[in-house]
Amino acid sequence: MVVEFGHFALILAMLVAAVQVVLPAAGASLKDVRMMRVAEPAAVSQLILIAIAFFALMYAYVTSDFSVANVAENSHSTKPLIYKMAGVWGNHEGSMLLWVLILAVFGAAVALFGNNLPPTLKARVLSVQAAIALAFLLFSLLTSNPFIRLDPAPPDGNGLNPILQDPALAFHPPFLYTGYVGFSIAYSFAIAALLEGRIDAAWARWVRPWTLAAWMFLTIGISMGSWWAYYELGWGGWWFWDPVENASFMPWLAGTALLHSALVMEKREALKVWTILLAILTFSLSLMGTFIVRSGVLTSVHSFAVDPTRGVFILAILIFFTGGGLALFALRAKDMQTGGLFQPISREGSLVLNNLLLVTAAATVLVGTLYPMALEGLTGQKISVGPPFFNMTFGPLMVPLLLALPIGPMLAWKRGDLPGVMQRLTFAALTAIIVMVAIFALDHRGPWLAPFGIAAGIYVMAGAIIEWSERIKFGKAGRSEVLRRAKNLPRSAYGTLLAHFGIGMLVIGIVSTSAYREEHILVMKPGQTLAVGGYDVTFTGVESGRGPNYTEDFADFDVKEDGESITRLKPSKRLYDAPPQPTTEAGIHASWRGDLYLVIGDAQTGGGYAVRAYFNPLVRFIWLGALIMFIGGGISLSDRRLRVGAPRRARTRVPVAVPAE
Amino acid sequence: MRRLFALTVLALTIFANVPAGYAVQPDEMLANPVLEKRARTISSELRCLVCQNESIDESNAPLAADIRRLVRERLTAGDTDAQVKDYLVARYGEFVLLKPRFELSTLLLWLTPVLVFLAGLVLAARAAARQPASESNSLSEQEKSKLAQILGDDQA
Repeated sequence: MVVEFGHFALILAMLVAAVQVVLPAAGASLKDVRMMRVAEPAAVSQLILIAIAFFALMYAYVTSDFSVANVAENSHSTKPLIYKMAGVWGNHEGSMLLWVLILAVFGAAVALFGNNLPPTLKARVLSVQAAIALAFLLFSLLTSNPFIRLDPAPPDGNGLNPILQDPALAFHPPFLYTGYVGFSIAYSFAIAALLEGRIDAAWARWVRPWTLAAWMFLTIGISMGSWWAYYELGWGGWWFWDPVENASFMPWLAGTALLHSALVMEKREALKVWTILLAILTFSLSLMGTFIVRSGVLTSVHSFAVDPTRGVFILAILIFFTGGGLALFALRAKDMQTGGLFQPISREGSLVLNNLLLVTAAATVLVGTLYPMALEGLTGQKISVGPPFFNMTFGPLMVPLLLALPIGPMLAWKRGDLPGVMQRLTFAALTAIIVMVAIFALDHRGPWLAPFGIAAGIYVMAGAIIEWSERIKFGKAGRSEVLRRAKNLPRSAYGTLLAHFGIGMLVIGIVSTSAYREEHILVMKPGQTLAVGGYDVTFTGVESGRGPNYTEDFADFDVKEDGESITRLKPSKRLYDAPPQPTTEAGIHASWRGDLYLVIGDAQTGGGYAVRAYFNPLVRFIWLGALIMFIGGGISLSDRRLRVGAPRRARTRVPVAVPAE
Repeated sequence: MRRLFALTVLALTIFANVPAGYAVQPDEMLANPVLEKRARTISSELRCLVCQNESIDESNAPLAADIRRLVRERLTAGDTDAQVKDYLVARYGEFVLLKPRFELSTLLLWLTPVLVFLAGLVLAARAAARQPASESNSLSEQEKSKLAQILGDDQA
């Protein structure tokens, strides 16, 4: 009954979305306020209806209603409650429902909090947003309906893939989708602005908080996925350039570029046309990601051909919104006024470089991901494009980006003083060079480029701090003046500081763990000791145990540092009950230096067990850096929240004394 | 398959068949550390043919283990790294290479970063050239911003 109610609510939501597409847009053209006003209640009721559908499905999961096909295929009665709930989005149909739910949350948020938007703009934004919702609701109902019943109902379900029964993973999709889907707002604003034929700095001010929120969630979503892969997949890899990962990484790159170009537009009214294009492209890449993940085109071109319904449907959605958006852009962009002038060496110029490099990186990942499919489709030739390709092409693009990163925020708007900025960054550059030389002198293991990578990370971190300390006149003014300045600095400046600092940490983490990782693969017998990463690890044996829904063999390792026992690690091999599937659980000991990472393998015929032992130096900087970026985004957003209520025209506002970030 | 599922997380869980354990086994490894290191490097650039997007170095599949042994056999026999790869390409096709060779069919793939970057640079330069002559130094900041506004408004 509850399930049918949810099903019905989902159909109703689709009808509401259809109304929300047509009436507000027509009202905006006809200047009919009553028609435009339909958008708000429609967006809110759409959210309520989709939420009803979503929680109806969750109810079916929690009560293990196996008469629902989706539940029977993906759940099991003995599964822990949290994974029953998370199981809702652990499958295709349910995750599409989550997709439209988040889409509706964003739409309703614009309806409720966008009071300061010009009425026609708001009506058009909500109309475009509803068009996206309509497309995906149709997709859900026609090809991926989660509410289909089974008769007779099976006695128990198939279970959720045990490797996915993990807290980080359970909450990874909602974060990731919030990021993906959040960019739809930027898209809707871009289309609405093109329809309006007018765009100004105020537009950028309205779009930035949404873009920033989406970016934050995508950042944390991607890093959660990476963190999960690191500890769950059993060998400490954290990024694989897998098409599924690339699918989320492309919108992140484009979204990061959008965040920066919208900044130029808001502060200087420049790059308007480009920002609009970028907003369209960023969401298109989100759709592309959805297509890549959802269509099955990944598994192989052939499996796509076998059941093309879903793939073709999403492809049609992708073509409609990308193609339609770009066509409208081509028609209208030339009418857009261009804004403030600037010299190549200026804050604006540095942000153009940022955009150029990020967009090139996104294009490289896109082409690399799709090339094998395209080539096979066109010529039948099968090639692979894997991590070595991406490392080789993506890496060089990041080098100039990192080198320019601390310089950009220090350049003045319009016309910057590059030699002056370089001088101010001398300390950062010197610190980085000293560290680089020290690594060269002390360590000969890693690739010769590695010390340079670490130095780049340090330079970025130091640059962020220098920029901040200059702005608060640290060391130049008295203590009370410094404190006053630190307090009065806009929160968005702290956001920039943290985000850039986090990037530096991320780079250091990536480089040190890739270049200086220590690895041992060997057979160990009980009582044997291995020296790894400054620890002495003694293998004491293997025992069997039983968890809530699995059996396991776990090894026991005594970890000593300087002769003192500091911890015991118990990496294990599990066999889940339903579906019966083996997984490995690594034993990890984290310290500030890095992670000791132990994995137990099979018993060997000559006695003993296969063991893998790693030391991953500074590996946590990767996720810590991402977390700091996320926090930076949040702080900046809390500033923006106040500014969202800014006057309609940005120009009318009183010039701010503090130089804008 | 392990790799694909790194993030499939979101998705294709129904088809998931993630093997436990890990790739290179202790008994496969060569005694000579230099050769073994070369073998590992080569392995990380070869695709496990029956997996989604995994190198033979990471894969648990029996075929990957066979190819790992093959790589080590060739290296022990005195092949260069390039010869080992050529041998495997002759046997399994270009598909086995995770880093495609630079040739006609992969031209666009390899040149994408360069082409996109240059195209962007040209577009940016052209947009800059279209801007009215740059502001004179003698104008004050206020005058400049005012001028910029006027120029901007006139351009439509």
